[in-house]
Amino acid sequence: MTDYLIKNGFVYDPILGINGDKVDVAIKDGKMADAGDVTNPTIIDATGMTVMAAGVDVHAHVAGPKVNTGRNFRPEDKLFNGTAGSGIKRMEGGFSVPTVFRTAYLYARMGFGFSMEAAMPPLYARHTHEEIRDTPIIDQGALPVFGNNWFVLEYLKENEIENTAAYIAWLLNQTKGYGIKCVNPGGTESWGWGLNCETVDDVVPYFDVTPRQIVSGLIEANEYLGLPHCMHVHGNGLGEPGNYEITLDTLKIAEGFKPQNDFGRDVVLHNTHLQFHCYGGESYSSKFFESKSKEVVDYINSVDNISYDLGVVTLDETTTMTADGPFEHHLSHMNNLKWANTDVELETGSGVVPFIYNPKTFIAGAQWAVGLECGLFIKDPMRAYITTDAPNAGPLCRYPRVYKWLMSAKARDDMLDNTLKYGDRIRERCYIGELDREISLYELAMMTRAGPAKTLGLGHMFGSLKPGLEGDVAVYPYNPETDTDDPEKIEYAFGNAAYLIKGGKLIVKEGEIVDMGNKRTFWVNATVNDNPMVERDISEKFRRYYTVTQNNYAVEGHHYVPNPYVIEVDATK
Amino acid sequence: MAKVILTPTQTPTLFLEAENITPDVFAGKNAAEIAALHGFVGKTTVTLGDYFTVEGAGGQTAADTTVVINGDVSRVKYIGMKMSAGELIVNGNADMYVGGWMTGGRLTVNGDIEAFAGLGMTGGELIVNGNAGNYLGAAYRGDWRGMQGGEIRVSGNAGSDVGTFMRGGTIVVGGNIDVHVGTHMEGGTIIVKGDAKSRVGGQMVKGTIYVYGDIDVMMPGFQYRNDADLEVDGDNGRFALYEGDMGERHPKRKGEVIYGQLYMKY
Repeated sequence: MTDYLIKNGFVYDPILGINGDKVDVAIKDGKMADAGDVTNPTIIDATGMTVMAAGVDVHAHVAGPKVNTGRNFRPEDKLFNGTAGSGIKRMEGGFSVPTVFRTAYLYARMGFGFSMEAAMPPLYARHTHEEIRDTPIIDQGALPVFGNNWFVLEYLKENEIENTAAYIAWLLNQTKGYGIKCVNPGGTESWGWGLNCETVDDVVPYFDVTPRQIVSGLIEANEYLGLPHCMHVHGNGLGEPGNYEITLDTLKIAEGFKPQNDFGRDVVLHNTHLQFHCYGGESYSSKFFESKSKEVVDYINSVDNISYDLGVVTLDETTTMTADGPFEHHLSHMNNLKWANTDVELETGSGVVPFIYNPKTFIAGAQWAVGLECGLFIKDPMRAYITTDAPNAGPLCRYPRVYKWLMSAKARDDMLDNTLKYGDRIRERCYIGELDREISLYELAMMTRAGPAKTLGLGHMFGSLKPGLEGDVAVYPYNPETDTDDPEKIEYAFGNAAYLIKGGKLIVKEGEIVDMGNKRTFWVNATVNDNPMVERDISEKFRRYYTVTQNNYAVEGHHYVPNPYVIEVDATK
Repeated sequence: MAKVILTPTQTPTLFLEAENITPDVFAGKNAAEIAALHGFVGKTTVTLGDYFTVEGAGGQTAADTTVVINGDVSRVKYIGMKMSAGELIVNGNADMYVGGWMTGGRLTVNGDIEAFAGLGMTGGELIVNGNAGNYLGAAYRGDWRGMQGGEIRVSGNAGSDVGTFMRGGTIVVGGNIDVHVGTHMEGGTIIVKGDAKSRVGGQMVKGTIYVYGDIDVMMPGFQYRNDADLEVDGDNGRFALYEGDMGERHPKRKGEVIYGQLYMKY
């Protein structure tokens, strides 16, 4: 295997405490190494460029049935933006719901090495893994959704943590899943009765359990198992004005829980796309709506066991997709565009609706502001990660644009003054006007690689250039000494990596994708003590309710996960 | 006004996709440069010169460029796609997507055209002295933004699904029209001077449809309101007004619900 030595670049690595120093970065046998340990390396000259560990995406919807539904029912998303194949690259297409190939190439161009598919319906795990398999270059994992699962609801009603954990361990094994995702806990199931959970103490009909019990129980089960990632929650009341109180109630459930794991993870709850959960006021009008990002992030700053990602609205035409079925139904009645919906038997639901975040409306601009505020109020950037909840708040390709807004007050002012129609109203109703913080490259490295890697329990593999970690390095054509004059240079550089090395292989060379890498699917194999009751419950549910048999449920064999990376967890103690 | 004359020299074995045939692209180019512009046949890239002789040159801008195609181009797609100004005249039949997404200028076809003409167009004039195919002035597959402005005039008949998701502008069909007229329409005007078959104005939210002849089967979601004497496109007559589609959502303006309007001539 070729060794690499990346010389003369400005290096940012918060784990090693390197803040823009010119340090040589070495890769030997696919792993990071000391510069002195490589012999006859290929030299990459990074003069005038920024060097970081490859990016780690904690939350994006890039594979699976709802992404594919988005592709299927939005042919117009591919109109006029296809690119013919060239060299080793296949044909690309799609803007908000790109093809698997474009997804992989986008990540490579943005210097990312790992992406977590944020919501996998267990019943459709096979499809999700087929798409993950077909997405080259990047390593991926997928989080199965648990927050409306009948087993979980029934066990947690009686606070049976051990049984919940045994079921989770079984499901992660069956679906080759990575961790616990919880979407609108209880709410999607309630919607089966035409209801929703609007507070954390609303009772789910029939199951007689509350979102509070679900969130708390899943955290406890997660720590009982000691999974690498923490409980990953999309709370109740997403997108509703006034929902910040539900968000605070949800976050406070984590009080008193301590992380129990061997992976260096410090948090027990990850609140995803926080932007959608920080709204005050009682309607979307500029008279009533207000940002409550400060209140929510202040609370997160005051504790140490919660992380979140931003979910910044990028003001594009995009495709929303979530397991929060009732929310998508609500959205389709707001914009009267097409709507797709699925009820996933005993497990979850899902909806897909195209959406235009129009900068000429107050609310889209205010959402844009709230998302950025979530990134600017954080005290410890190791716990706040930059996402667009792709493609819900904005397409994947907009990550570099979000960096630009976070890193440049000038770029934000330009938006408020020139692009957004209601810039002044947004300054009044949100905090954006008071914030002059500019995220530094060092902080950016925390928010896009070191932080997410740690919270995913992958700090021992990704997010840093420390010797021994995976040889994942991105080099961006951004000179931190001379390119600070124009924020557009940030957006360009972080969307057009000059080099990406992934697992010791050169993927991007001088801006061109030259290798499809060695894609791996990460999943967690948790071993628990034999639990005959849960085993009986599972076979019973399959016999009585599922449309498939238990034998046709599991994701098995080389076809679905040809190149697995299994993380073993022993919870038999 | 500068003029470019294209004369077909051969019929493509498959179909030629020639979105470069517009006054916008031809402006500022001489005959050799125009002949070198690319098109696609299947997966192969070809040049316009492979299929046409090119005479003349483009003007400085699209507005002072006229493009004339003399001959049958019934296997050439995307003629005049996205054109914004100037004039394009086709003396012959053309294939699909004529004037798709055009924003201005005038496109005249002296012959028949195939489906998807004037798709998503926002301005300009598309004149067809012949018959038009399906999905005239409609939205691209999946899109909810059909024709939004400009005018389409067809002297002959039109196919099915005319004006699907139409949001503005005018479509005039001199002859008869096939099923599905103005489905999901949210604005604009469709005038059918001949007969219509069925499903006229299905799921229509707003906008106006006039039918001079008969409608074989009315949509059940339309209700008769009143008769009116109107002048439509220069023709005077007495019309019966129906409003609908009652099965669809309808916006309110000044407290009044706005419906789609379907006028049938007596």
